[in-house]
Amino acid sequence: MRAFVLGMALTLAWCGHAAAGADYRKIAGGSFISALSLDGARVPVPIVTFAMRSTPVTVGDYLAFVRAHPEWRRDRVPDMYAGGGYLASWTGPLISGPAIDPQRPVTEVSWFAARAFCAGEEARLPTWYQWEYAAAADASRSDARNDPAWDARILQALLARTGQEPGAVGRDSADLYGLHDMNTLVWEWVDDYAAMFVNADARDPGQGNLLKLCGGSALAFENRAAYPLMMRVAALAAMRPADVSGNIGFRCVRDANRGEPP
Amino acid sequence: MIRRWTLLTLLMMSAWTGAVQAGAAATALPASSVYRTALALRDQAGHPFTLGSLRGHPLIVSMIYASCQEACPMTVEAIKRIRAAVEARTGRSAPPVVLVSFDPAHDTVRALAMMASMHHVEAPAWRLARPEQGDVRAFAATLGVSYRRRPNGDFSHNIEIVLLDADGRIAAKTSEVGALDPGFVAQVSRADAR
Repeated sequence: MRAFVLGMALTLAWCGHAAAGADYRKIAGGSFISALSLDGARVPVPIVTFAMRSTPVTVGDYLAFVRAHPEWRRDRVPDMYAGGGYLASWTGPLISGPAIDPQRPVTEVSWFAARAFCAGEEARLPTWYQWEYAAAADASRSDARNDPAWDARILQALLARTGQEPGAVGRDSADLYGLHDMNTLVWEWVDDYAAMFVNADARDPGQGNLLKLCGGSALAFENRAAYPLMMRVAALAAMRPADVSGNIGFRCVRDANRGEPP
Repeated sequence: MIRRWTLLTLLMMSAWTGAVQAGAAATALPASSVYRTALALRDQAGHPFTLGSLRGHPLIVSMIYASCQEACPMTVEAIKRIRAAVEARTGRSAPPVVLVSFDPAHDTVRALAMMASMHHVEAPAWRLARPEQGDVRAFAATLGVSYRRRPNGDFSHNIEIVLLDADGRIAAKTSEVGALDPGFVAQVSRADAR
């Protein structure tokens, strides 16, 4: 009887969790200087308080999404929205298969697909600034970027996982906001990633086309020691919105008033 | 009697033709049609429309914002030159143009009407449109256009002038706004209505 009650309670707890949906954490806004001089060197960028998913979207989360939105099955989605390689390591269109831990971050998803997933939970992809702002925190500080130990730890984690399949989400200790895996597990899509590589306003036609060809010409790094960030930006720069990569996943954000209190 | 019969036949035939046309319009869009990303648009005269409603003939599409000082006016002038070159070459009117704003917060119908009159472009050949519903960023991405609002309020963006075929598939593109792109002119000249 007792075991039965416990079973019921667990079931209820699990259902309750599923009904409540993904865990979003409040990120208190502030003024922020990006490591990228997208809008001029050392220009403070105002960040409005928002809520962010505590972990990257998992294979299990994405499988549930594809089941509910069959237009995003790998055998149905138009190439225009998700090119070759989309969910390619899954066993079938609706089965991720025994070789893939459902708690792993989903990768092999395009920018279009990531946006559709977020829209499905009344959220959206973060902007680059939102992502970078949240990722600057450690366990006790909202901006740990000036601490060489912080940088070294991230770099070490990145090097350790090079060539490895990403592990399950949420295994690291949470940061100040309750976020996991911000800097180390996978690269993550951001909503405005493609526009980071566009020059401000193609003033001179010749130069405009040159910049377009060069892609990243408009982008400069404020902090040349920010290797993990450079690697992340380089990984995104190579992608078109319908492209997929085994190293690129995503998480979503919402307006702050929709998020759960930390 | 014969005359009435003929009239009836004609009426029936035209009804049938109408049905066939309606049937063609209702067929599913091709997988690669940018019309799949449905945007509810409103043009500089305040008329609501969708790009899908323009299905059946080729279209030149680009993206702009009205307060843009440099790149967008150049885009408009480049499209004018392209259309003039196409018309000189084919002797027919060039495909119509839709310029979609990625700044609907500021680009009111009035702002778009001012931009149209500043460039001396008019409907129906030129429609400057503000999106009122739908995923503008996804639509832009299908055209290869990216944009970011900078903290000072203007936009970082790139330029794509895109030729869509009768079903909204990308038939050709150019980013050349400083000089005429002869390859693009040739492709627009070859574009046919269905």
